[in-house]
This record gives sequence, C-alpha cells and structure tokens, in this order.
Amino acid sequence: MSTPPNNPPNPSQTPSVPTPVASMPTPVASMPGTAAPQSGLNSISLPPRSAQTENWLKRRRFATDMTVTGLSILSTAVVLLPLVAILGYLLFKGASSLNWAFFTRVPAPVGQSGGGMANAILGSGVILGLASLIGIPLGIGAGVFLAEYGRGGVFGNIVRFTADVLNGVPSIVMGIAAYALIVAHQHHFSAFAGGVALAIMMVPTITRTTEEMLATVPSSLREAAFGLGVPKWRTILSVSLRTASPGIITGCMLAFARVAGETAPLLFTALGNQFWSAKLNQPIAALPLQIFVYAESPYDEWHRLAWAGALVLIVLIMVSVTLVRIFANRGVLKGGQ
Amino acid sequence: MGVDIKVQDLNAWYGPVHTLKDVTLHIPANNATALIGPSGCGKSTFVRCLNRMHETTANARAEGSVMMGNLDVYKDASPVEIRRRIGMVFQRPNPFPTMSIYDNVASGLKLNGYRKRKVLDEVVERSLKQAALWDEVKDDLRKKSGASLSGGQQQRLCIARALAVDPEVLLMDEPASALDPVSTSKIEDLIFHLKTQYTIVIVTHNMQQAARVAEQTGFFLTGKLVEFAATHKIFTSPSDKRTEDYITGRFG
Repeated sequence: MSTPPNNPPNPSQTPSVPTPVASMPTPVASMPGTAAPQSGLNSISLPPRSAQTENWLKRRRFATDMTVTGLSILSTAVVLLPLVAILGYLLFKGASSLNWAFFTRVPAPVGQSGGGMANAILGSGVILGLASLIGIPLGIGAGVFLAEYGRGGVFGNIVRFTADVLNGVPSIVMGIAAYALIVAHQHHFSAFAGGVALAIMMVPTITRTTEEMLATVPSSLREAAFGLGVPKWRTILSVSLRTASPGIITGCMLAFARVAGETAPLLFTALGNQFWSAKLNQPIAALPLQIFVYAESPYDEWHRLAWAGALVLIVLIMVSVTLVRIFANRGVLKGGQ
Repeated sequence: MGVDIKVQDLNAWYGPVHTLKDVTLHIPANNATALIGPSGCGKSTFVRCLNRMHETTANARAEGSVMMGNLDVYKDASPVEIRRRIGMVFQRPNPFPTMSIYDNVASGLKLNGYRKRKVLDEVVERSLKQAALWDEVKDDLRKKSGASLSGGQQQRLCIARALAVDPEVLLMDEPASALDPVSTSKIEDLIFHLKTQYTIVIVTHNMQQAARVAEQTGFFLTGKLVEFAATHKIFTSPSDKRTEDYITGRFG
C-alpha cells in the first residue's frame, strides 16, 4: 500500500523493460509505442508518451491510490467510533450496577432499593423466541417463493414491493397492528401479541435477504441437481437453501438483533410486568420496556438499573448472534468456495 | 447397460427464437456419439432436450419425439423420472460446494430418498473408481468439500455423481472445455472406458476430441443437423460441403 503502484500491464511492452522512472532517458519510456510491432500479434500499438507524461501519470496514480485508501480508512473509523463510544459509555454507566441480584430478582417496589430485571430478561427471551419461531420460517418461506417460483411474475413483484414497504413501516405502527389484531380481540395484553408484533417486523428483512442470497446460488448447481432427477422442492431444500445458508443465517440474525431492542411495538402488546411471568396469554416484562420505564422514572436507583439493563440487552444480543454464528459454522467443510 | 435413442422431428425454442429445427437421428446404444458445430448451432440445446433439461429454462419449449429404448421421453414419464435414467455432465464442473466428496457422489441417491449406508458406500466407491478418481480422494471422502478439488478432479467427481444413479445414457455438454490438456485426456480415457456400458452423447468444440472418442459424429449448423455419420466418414469424406468447410477450418 505504501509502495507506488506499478504501471498497468501493457501488452506491447517487452517484459524486461523496467518501470520508467524520472531520471531515465526518453527512449526507454517511449518503448511501448515503438517496440510493439516486434511480436507481430500486437499490431495495434498505443500512441507513444513522453517521459514527463509517464512520470506525471505515475504520480497521479499514486496520489489517487493514497486518497482513496485514506478515505476508506477514515470512513471505517467514523463508522466504528459511535459503536465503540456507545459500548464504552454503557460499560461505564451500567457495569457498576450489575450484581447477582440484577439477574435473579424481580424489580423492587417503589421506595425500596435493590431488585433486578430477571423477569425482564426471561420475558425478552420468551417474546424473542416466539417472534423467531413465527418470523424466521415465514420470512424464509416467502424468500424461497420470491427467488425460486415468483421471479418476474406479477404476484412476486407485489410480494417484493410489500416486503420493502413493510421494512420501512415505523415500529410503533407494527405495535398498533398487533394491538388491533390480537389485543383488541382478546381484551388483554399478552406475550403472544408482543411476539407477533416483533415477528411481523422480522419477516421483511429475512424475506429479502433470503431472496438475494438464493439469487447468488449459481444456477449450474440447480441444474446439477435437476440432472440427477432430484425434484424441485428437494433441490431447493438441499442445494439452494443449503448453499445460501450462511447469508440467510446472517439475515435472520440481523432481523433478530433489530427487533430485540424494540420498545415501541411492545408498549401496547406485551405491556410489561413487574412480576415473574412466562405465560403467553399474560402481560410479560421485556428488557427494552423495563429500560424505558426505569429511564423515565425520577429515581437515581432506577436510572442506574436502566443503564445496567441496556448493557445486558446489548451483551445478550451480541452473545446470541455470536453463538448462532459459531453453531452455524460447525460442520461446514473446509476448502470450499 | 445403455439404450439407443431415436429422435424424430425435434424442434426447440427459447421464447420466440427457434434454436433447433426438425432434428431426426438415431443414436445407437453402448458407444459414443459426438456432436460438433460452431457456437450457437443448437448442439447444447439438442442434448438438453434429450433429458428434458431444456424446459427448465424460462420460456423454453420443445416439440417432437425422443425414444430412449422403449421409453417415450416426452410422453411416458415425468421429467424428474427421465433425468434419473439419463446422467448429465456440464461444461463447467459443478460439484455441490456444501457437500463432502462422498455426499456429492451419493447426492443423486440421497436426495431421492435412499438411506442405506452400506449400499451408498458401495455405490460411491464403484462410481469414483469408474470415474478414475477413487485413488486420489479415497482418504478424505468425508473430510473435504467437493469444491476443494482441482478443476479436472471436480469434473471427474461430477461424472462419478452422474454414474452413481446408474443411468442408461450419459450426456456430456463440452465436458472438457474448461479443463487443461492433462485433465482433458483423462476425461477422454474415461469416455473410452465408459462407452462400453453406457450410451454416451458428447458435445464438443474440439474436433480432434470427437475423432478420438466417438463412433458417430453429428454436425450441427444454425439449428439443423447437417450431417450424421460414422466419425471416420465425417472427418475423411463428408458428403456435405458445409461439413467439409467446418472440419477443414474454413469457417466457425
């Protein structure tokens, strides 16, 4: 990266000619133009260039290379900075309030100190598990339809457009939808409604990623399977999906991480709960909700717990994404593409 | 054992483009038939019509009759059943990258529901031996991905995969065109051995290759079968002027 770039390969240039440098006499630098016809094959020769031009071009290439490299390093730094800053600040604010009670106790009543968020951690697990259970199969199924059956069709285009629009719908609208669909009919808030709201949010991301990942599977692999007399459904399952699985898993993890921190869709679906509950038809606590409630409260103790909750939420998301990645990479054969 | 293939008035289209026009020929059993011709002449389309692979392309269709032994390819069975009886090897090696060498060879059986470990083991060993790849891969059958092999090995792996389902016909669409000369000659040796047990149809751009491996040769031009005869006749005394022009290198 620090060495100046060489001249681009020039078909008409004799291999032994060194890269022209400023001090070299003109004839060497102008070789490309004059020496070309020797080989006989390269009858089209490039117009000759003077040493000055060559030298100037070389400097310009070097400068361009440096500028672009520098810009991309700078952009990476700018992207990384907020992430590092947020994590650092969370550690600074939250780590001091983390203790064993935080992971084992339910919230303390107002006025009492201590207490934890154990029920919210459990609740988040329940809601996210339910959301993944509903959202991932639906999302992948729709993605398979778009990539393998609905390509170019009118219905496929409608589904694709809907997924894109759904992806941009504000999360609170998802909450309202789940409220109208489930809570309003059941006449009470529930973990199930929260799971459904988050599942709807996961579907478009997973669908579009699945579709795009399936599109990158070479059609020659599908043909290989067809050529062996493998039915289409089996080809999709065992060849297309399997080949695209690393990308699809990434898409699922992205969707999961995105909804794991959602507060708005849970506000009037899961509602929140100050006590232990893992029942699907009852209001349930969730980390983002608990953080929201505590952060809004006037008590310093609760503010500290909110920081700790935010830290735990981020760490849990990071751990689960990493675990899935490690699990998914196991058993993958080495030496592939 | 192989069966013969009788093709009658076969036509094929890609959308509005008529790529194969009234092809009629008789491919005898248990030897190799080469198809030559310039790019875009319809020879690949022709072999893809034999196992109904052509119709997997969007907007593609074919008409006419193909008899494989006593089986009418376009009437008696579903494309899936047909393709189990006709092996196909493609221009570029296409092993399944997520599968081990063993699973690649066994894929035709496994993906069609065969589970018996002992049978699969036998089939994998037999197919890899038939494809002259056994000695090179027997030590890491399950450890290595099919995509970790060299290009020539990958193509022999694909041949083994096609042989594993015990087809009666083996279609090869330019099987050596992406390979170096050493790998190419290995593939040709293989065709030489295999053609005693299977009916082989091989599309090739390499006329020497056609002359080396095939008993019959067909010459395609602009979607039509110009001439179909014994290989030595095509290359020594072709009856059509266009065939002569092509094999002497005057065009194409």
